[in-house]
Amino acid sequence: MIEIIVFIAASLMVLVGALGVILRTNPVHAALSLVLTLFGVAVHFVSMEAHFLAAVQVIVYAGAIVVLFLFVIMLLGVDKAEDLRTEPMLRQRYLGPLVGVGVLGLVGAAILVARSRTIVKSVEGLDTVGHDANVKQLARSLFSDYVFAFELTSVLLVIAVVGTVLLARRPNKGLQAAREKAGVSS
Amino acid sequence: MIAVANVTPTWYLLLAAALFALGCTGVLVRRNPLVMFMCIELMLNAVNLSFVAFSRTYGDIKGQTTVFFVLVVAAAEVVVGLGIVVAILRRRPSANADDIAELKG
Repeated sequence: MIEIIVFIAASLMVLVGALGVILRTNPVHAALSLVLTLFGVAVHFVSMEAHFLAAVQVIVYAGAIVVLFLFVIMLLGVDKAEDLRTEPMLRQRYLGPLVGVGVLGLVGAAILVARSRTIVKSVEGLDTVGHDANVKQLARSLFSDYVFAFELTSVLLVIAVVGTVLLARRPNKGLQAAREKAGVSS
Repeated sequence: MIAVANVTPTWYLLLAAALFALGCTGVLVRRNPLVMFMCIELMLNAVNLSFVAFSRTYGDIKGQTTVFFVLVVAAAEVVVGLGIVVAILRRRPSANADDIAELKG
């Protein structure tokens, strides 16, 4: 019974937050609605005994990514409400929800049809004994079977950081002047 | 009618489908590049949710390992995407996603 209550409450958080992201015209409100959705997903992770992922979800998503969003919004000063009448593609505004309903109908129908045919092998594979069983099991999987992919993610993060620094850098005035003097086109 | 006895994986999958559809709608409807990024995050979260639901159903930790990698890629994607947004909006503060079509052939 308590499971159902938790599920419904967390699902309401997720869906209300998602609707807020879409419908709020102010980007700051949209970002705060995103936090609500991410916390709801974290609650679902906890109830599915994925404790490590729940912690990472809160720390990385709600803690880092949303703060990054808010930081960029404040930095650029685009926290004014959007004027909805100057939309360049008015038709897309009405067709978009239609596509969303279509996606929901299609995926939902597939899930409901497949429900009766899903072969559940066993529920015993996940170790739930002990307070840190999930973390241990995930670490064993990550550092044995997927250790190469894990190392590659560090390369990915380094590339992302270097690329972003290059993108967001203002062009160096002194360097540009020196180049123009030397006749090198930038 | 879904059985009301306990929370089955189907419930989680339906919730994930709804979340994905909402994110999809958001990307199509909104023209602010920042909000479009947030909607992409919604879709990634929907997929993460279904990965964890399947991981629990089949008793296999690999679903959760995949979610870990999705989180890393999402973080990298946001960093690069926001870098591009900052670079564009610094020049044209009122740009929306449809104005950025200079590379169109």
